[in-house]
Amino acid sequence: MSIAAATNGKRHRLVPPPSPADGALGELLEISMGPQHPSTHGVFRMNLVLDGERVVKLKPVFGYLHRNHEKIAESMSYLGSMPYTDRLDYFCSLTNNWAYALAVEKLAGLQVPERAEYIRVITAELTRLQNHACLGGFLLQDMGASGTPLMYAFREREKILDLFEALTGARMMCNYMRFGGCRCDLPPGWREQAQRLVAEFPAFLDEFEALLNENEILMARTQGVGVLPASLAVNASISGPMLRASGVNYDIRKVDRYGIYDRFDFQVPLGEHGDVYDRYMVRILEMRESLKILRAALADLPEGPIMDPKARLRGFRPKPGEAYGRIEAPKGELGFYLISEGGPHPYRYRVRPPSFINLTILEDMCLGQLVADVVIILGSVDIVLGEVDR
Amino acid sequence: MLGKGIIKGLAETARNFFGSFVSERRLTTVPYPDARQPLAENTRQFPFLVYDGDDWEQGLRCVACQICEKECPPQCIYIVKSKDKKPDYKGQMQFYPAVFDIDLAVCMSCQICVEVCPFESIKMDTEFELSTADRFGGLLFHKKQLAKPNAHYHRIHPTDAAASDAVLAAEKAKQEAKARAAAEAKAKAAAPAPVAPPPSAS
Amino acid sequence: METLAQIKARIEAAVAGAVVEMVPNDSPSGQHSLWVDNSHAVAVAQFLREDPELRFDFCSNVTGVDWPETERTEKVKTTRLVDGVETSVEEIRKTKRPGFLEVVYHLYSVALKHGPLILRLRTENRSDQVQVPSLTPVWRGCEFQEREVFDLFGVVFTGHPDLRRILMWDEFTDHPMRKDYVEPDDYEYEPTPHDEVLVKARRSGRGEAGT
Ligand code: SF4
Ligand code: SF4
Repeated sequence: MSIAAATNGKRHRLVPPPSPADGALGELLEISMGPQHPSTHGVFRMNLVLDGERVVKLKPVFGYLHRNHEKIAESMSYLGSMPYTDRLDYFCSLTNNWAYALAVEKLAGLQVPERAEYIRVITAELTRLQNHACLGGFLLQDMGASGTPLMYAFREREKILDLFEALTGARMMCNYMRFGGCRCDLPPGWREQAQRLVAEFPAFLDEFEALLNENEILMARTQGVGVLPASLAVNASISGPMLRASGVNYDIRKVDRYGIYDRFDFQVPLGEHGDVYDRYMVRILEMRESLKILRAALADLPEGPIMDPKARLRGFRPKPGEAYGRIEAPKGELGFYLISEGGPHPYRYRVRPPSFINLTILEDMCLGQLVADVVIILGSVDIVLGEVDR
Repeated sequence: MLGKGIIKGLAETARNFFGSFVSERRLTTVPYPDARQPLAENTRQFPFLVYDGDDWEQGLRCVACQICEKECPPQCIYIVKSKDKKPDYKGQMQFYPAVFDIDLAVCMSCQICVEVCPFESIKMDTEFELSTADRFGGLLFHKKQLAKPNAHYHRIHPTDAAASDAVLAAEKAKQEAKARAAAEAKAKAAAPAPVAPPPSAS
Repeated sequence: METLAQIKARIEAAVAGAVVEMVPNDSPSGQHSLWVDNSHAVAVAQFLREDPELRFDFCSNVTGVDWPETERTEKVKTTRLVDGVETSVEEIRKTKRPGFLEVVYHLYSVALKHGPLILRLRTENRSDQVQVPSLTPVWRGCEFQEREVFDLFGVVFTGHPDLRRILMWDEFTDHPMRKDYVEPDDYEYEPTPHDEVLVKARRSGRGEAGT
């Protein structure tokens, strides 16, 4: 379904789009937004130069949460880094686990059994659901809709986290996937519970859409704001929903067909304008596609083992070489690049953090916009500082 | 009509507001601590040490092999191996941890120690109300605080505990079979001798 | 996608004078890479982006790798004339690999949906000649990632529009991702103006105050 169809093609414009200041700049004002600003989604700072209310320069400053995850991982066993990947993008620990497991499996040549692949898809799509739902809530919070949509989103997320807890033992720091499979099998009744959730979720989406999609204030605040043209988006390595909102059809689930994504029938929602509104709508539509995948995966889930018998927990030493594995995480392309020298530790361990790279063009999107819009443009990028700073 | 979307949205909030009094689906929270959500069986918080029998020191399954200490990602386990040995559940003489500390302030509940332990001796607890006024010492748990009976393990994770008991029972049976085979072989070897003492009754 | 050898040949044909070398990878992933010499790197990158059959328009991942100087000792058996008799002697041969910093680029094509192509650039050494050309003019997505490599590894990207530290604070001097980095006892310590005041205060406390 396209965005135009989902919203009956409505585009409102209450205020004229911001036009760049006509040549003559007034007195410039330099302000520092953050790092404790509630709208910055964590400890993130933007050094802004303003002409009146318009942005003429914006430099993001981060690193407040930097703990050199990569260095820590290089002194630790391969398995020992798995719980730390949970803490990168702490909203989506299961997709982080998967990306890391995928890279190590490429490096060591492990095969994941069928059932484990299905469980991975199910958990990853549930993660996407809760991430996108919350992002919608946060974005509206940034626009001034204090709490209400966010709390509705959190209410649904709570149910998904309950599923995660029942499966992995933890709500957010799941540490669930292992090289060559998953740590433990589904507990009894889990599948039915998940099916119930998937059956109920569309009702929430309908409500959420009724609440917001046609809301004139939302449209006025987001349409035509923070436009990102497709060519720049590709050149700047933007990935995930943000890239697709600019109209570029690139979804790693479709392109790389990692795991078993080629077995599912789903569409890739695309935006047309590349503005904040499209970024919001792409995520809403993506949730519906995720539900399709979930329905199919939960129905076909086969029986069988969940670990590659070749996989070893202790004393795991892949052969020398390197591998880059990437997946479509909710925030974009999450990749892990590993170099092994044959030892128990990776020689080089690199995370390709999607929200860090998606910030590259923050300045381009904000130039000429109002300072109040900077907040929602940043919100629509969907960053998590645990991953930006690593 | 301009404003229609907003009215539609307000109708939705009203539905949610009144719905939350009647609909289970719209009410996911409970007033903690007066009411509590039941914990899922797999829930994990912090590790504890399992002991069999009644005496926590004698029954401790841990043999101080220090694998968990080595594998723990944030390095929050501290073990000192004993000088002497004590019998384990199979009756074999084994070392035991003279000191076994876990700094729960550092532990990140990752469960890796549980996975790597070959002796089924460290497991995850579900206790989470551990706040203390002592920032430094209060969360450094010693052997005695960590030791919990197998019955506790059965209470919090019944499925896992049964599986773990089965593993231990199988090991024990295997060892007994081996011992019996060894004894028989010995008896056979010793049979021609006129005064072969019978294998000591265990 | 064409094979790596074909791409290599095409690059050499298209960019005059470019030195390209295959870097094999033995792991089951089979992701081999191309090393490109620094003086032609930008031209090669441009070619890879523009060529209608390659179209690597998406530079996904940029990262550094530190390869300190290593010494490999091998025992080699040679025959030598000792006192007129040919005897086989074991010789210990030491091969030194000079240290260098490496920058690895993972390229994909969004237009043609293939990849990855892995490009590697290397610096001369790890101390004073640590320049490689920046590929930010070709792929904007390298901007922050190259800054990160500069920050954590100390590779200087010539031609980068805004080469500053990105994760560590500006006053920090070392490069923490290098293999020989030693972390200080106290990260937070920085000389502050207050130090001078302290010194003065101590001096005056001992009755040394000059004024
Ligand atoms: S749960 Fe993880 S962090 Fe805690 S003691 Fe075990 S291995 Fe260490
Ligand atoms: S808990 Fe297990 S792994 Fe740790 S020292 Fe004891 S026996 Fe070894």
